[in-house]
Amino acid sequence: MSDATYKLEKTNRTLMERLFEPPAIGKMSPVANVVAYSILVFWSAFVLFPLYWVVITAFKDSKVVNEGPYYLPFVDFQPTLDGWRAQFATDQFCDPYAIGRQVLLLAYNSVAFVLSPLVNLQPMEPQICKVYLAFTNSIVISVVSTTLCIVIGSMAAYALARIQYKPKFGNIFMFVLLTLLAIVATTYAGVHWFAAATVGLALFFLLARAFGKHFRARLGNGDILFWIISQRILPPVVVVIPVYMMFQAVGMIDTHFALILVYAVANLPIVVWLMHDFFANLPIELEESAQLDGATRLGIFWDIVLPLTRPGLAAVTLLTLILNWNEYIFAVFLSTSKAQTMPIMVAAKNAGERGILWWEMCAVIVVMIIPVIIMAILLQRFIAKGVLLGAVKG
Amino acid sequence: MTNANNTTDQPGLFPAGLSYRETWGEWFDRHSGTFFIAPAVTLILIFAIFPTFYSIVFALSRVKFSADGLKFRFVWFQNFQKQFLTNEQIHFLGRLEGMNAIGWIFSLAVIAAVVWWLYRSVRSGASWIGMTGRLISAAMAIGLALLLGATLLYGNQWGTLMTTLFYVVVGCSIQFVIGTGLAFLCSQPIAGKSFFRVIFFIPLMITPLGVGYAFKMILDITKGPFQPFWEFIGLRDWAWSTDAWAARWFIVVGDSWQWIPFIFIVMLAALENVSKDQVEAAQVDGASSVQIFRDIIWPQIVPVAATVILIRMIEAFKIVDLPNIMTSGGPGIATESMSLHSFFLWRANDYGSSAAVAYLLLIVTVILCSSFFNYVVLKQLRKAHA
Repeated sequence: MSDATYKLEKTNRTLMERLFEPPAIGKMSPVANVVAYSILVFWSAFVLFPLYWVVITAFKDSKVVNEGPYYLPFVDFQPTLDGWRAQFATDQFCDPYAIGRQVLLLAYNSVAFVLSPLVNLQPMEPQICKVYLAFTNSIVISVVSTTLCIVIGSMAAYALARIQYKPKFGNIFMFVLLTLLAIVATTYAGVHWFAAATVGLALFFLLARAFGKHFRARLGNGDILFWIISQRILPPVVVVIPVYMMFQAVGMIDTHFALILVYAVANLPIVVWLMHDFFANLPIELEESAQLDGATRLGIFWDIVLPLTRPGLAAVTLLTLILNWNEYIFAVFLSTSKAQTMPIMVAAKNAGERGILWWEMCAVIVVMIIPVIIMAILLQRFIAKGVLLGAVKG
Repeated sequence: MTNANNTTDQPGLFPAGLSYRETWGEWFDRHSGTFFIAPAVTLILIFAIFPTFYSIVFALSRVKFSADGLKFRFVWFQNFQKQFLTNEQIHFLGRLEGMNAIGWIFSLAVIAAVVWWLYRSVRSGASWIGMTGRLISAAMAIGLALLLGATLLYGNQWGTLMTTLFYVVVGCSIQFVIGTGLAFLCSQPIAGKSFFRVIFFIPLMITPLGVGYAFKMILDITKGPFQPFWEFIGLRDWAWSTDAWAARWFIVVGDSWQWIPFIFIVMLAALENVSKDQVEAAQVDGASSVQIFRDIIWPQIVPVAATVILIRMIEAFKIVDLPNIMTSGGPGIATESMSLHSFFLWRANDYGSSAAVAYLLLIVTVILCSSFFNYVVLKQLRKAHA
């Protein structure tokens, strides 16, 4: 915004000029002001009305919803808590401590899983009602997978911005060929997947050792970066069935681990893309002098590079967190009961023979969107800046 | 592989006779190039590349359930052939009988334009890789033009391919125009713009599932909030969900409600980066707002605009939640996107066809997005950096 206050030269203006011409540089004319405000107010109404409707529907009961439209609580209809009671007051496991209890239980179960070859610890069954379970799952899955994705993605992005990679084209071709052979062997010849994968990998390393030096054509960092980013084009429906079968083969359907991994990979392209631009724009001199002082690459990355890119990191983290929080397709395929997330809870209100239970569904949606809206309001400037940097420089 | 400094290579650092043993930390640092990128590459290989190849197996097989899991039978390209030539043709491509004069004129015009474009790029001496890419884009353009001529311009029923393209092209255009317009308004010197900025940003945060149900509820003819309005204009017994065009447009409305904020925030940030001095200089010289926008602001934001459209396009091809919730693809298949088509086939346990449709979606997305990237985005970016 400008604080230029100098007036246009003409002082005695006609009515039309007063209406249509700006009074000063950096100001708007009265007519333009009215038009701009009406458009902005109209659009705000368009944006807010669906949210308003969802919120008031959450306080209706089946009778009010089915009778027709009622617009104002207390004036038109008497708000009730039916939709909320159906979620949050079902049994004795719906107490306020349920979420904390569930997080502890998940931590215990993960430790039990890790130690299972050594000690025989039985995994505990969750004692929690459905909506709290889904809420906890959503939080745990999106936070852990965002962390994983940011760590792995920004490391890869940093490496691609600073280290020269020259993978050989022939090796990659060989890898693809062996992967295809392994897949065909498992599906049509009935070889066990584990045997096929091991033999394939061993063959790849042996062949790469033997023939690698004869290959000439190489790829560069730009090619690797493009390859990673292009994974975002992949529609989830292409990969979701094979991913389902992979997790089934190792018995991990309906676990948090499966969803965490899949979400992390799905968002890796965005993280790598945006973070790469932040890293590439940093002045390299700092890192070079640190290197001369004997810092390791991990040390440089952790102590110098990451703190410098904190705003970008925050924006990308927030974006990834939101995408994970809202994800639906993978959750439908990969979770059945224990690992269900909030979007599944929303969709589940459409399943019964009573039709859609709008008031209960809206209560779930409200619970689901409150955290993200708070985050959005607090951090929207961050996101705009972060996304813009990626978009312009990409 | 790495350019990390390696002190152990320097001779004379250690007295003779004292052999230096590398510590684990130093070994790790020497290979840091590999360790930095290995996790990302491994994860993408396992969860993106491997499943993509595995999908080929599905797409080329007939999959049957049996007592011990799935049984695959190799059937070559039968699943793809089915989508293009046999009983599934109407579902994927639409009804193709007959093509009227307008359709032919349109198709021939597109073919002529494409051939002229190819001729010009041959004359200007494009590399053979560039020519291959152009040939693929040209084939796609001609195929889509013929399809458009045979379905839309003749009034025939659409298939899921056309519906997906409708969502992408119409949705992205509307979202870009409105999003940029709002961003332009919010970049003007008006009071309370940070308030509007926060409000306009909210829909992006909401799960597509929630958006779908919210719009289904609001657009309900008898119980929705606009019931008096529908009754007033005499549409009491009309249901938009049984009208193909109305249903498609309402899905675009829902999609736009969610995605305009994305265009909005990016374009707003771009508009705020436009240099104020030039704009004010033009204002002092008496240029109108239209002139200022066209000649000063627009050239500076075009690169961002092209990129943001590309990002939006990539996501728009995957649309599945909104049509699934609002109309379940109905009436008939009028609002079914290709993702949804694949999802329905999967639900009907036709895994082979499901993978084939998903693959076709991938091919269409890759060709159209890379064409857009090569011929529009790169051009604008080069112009901006030149």
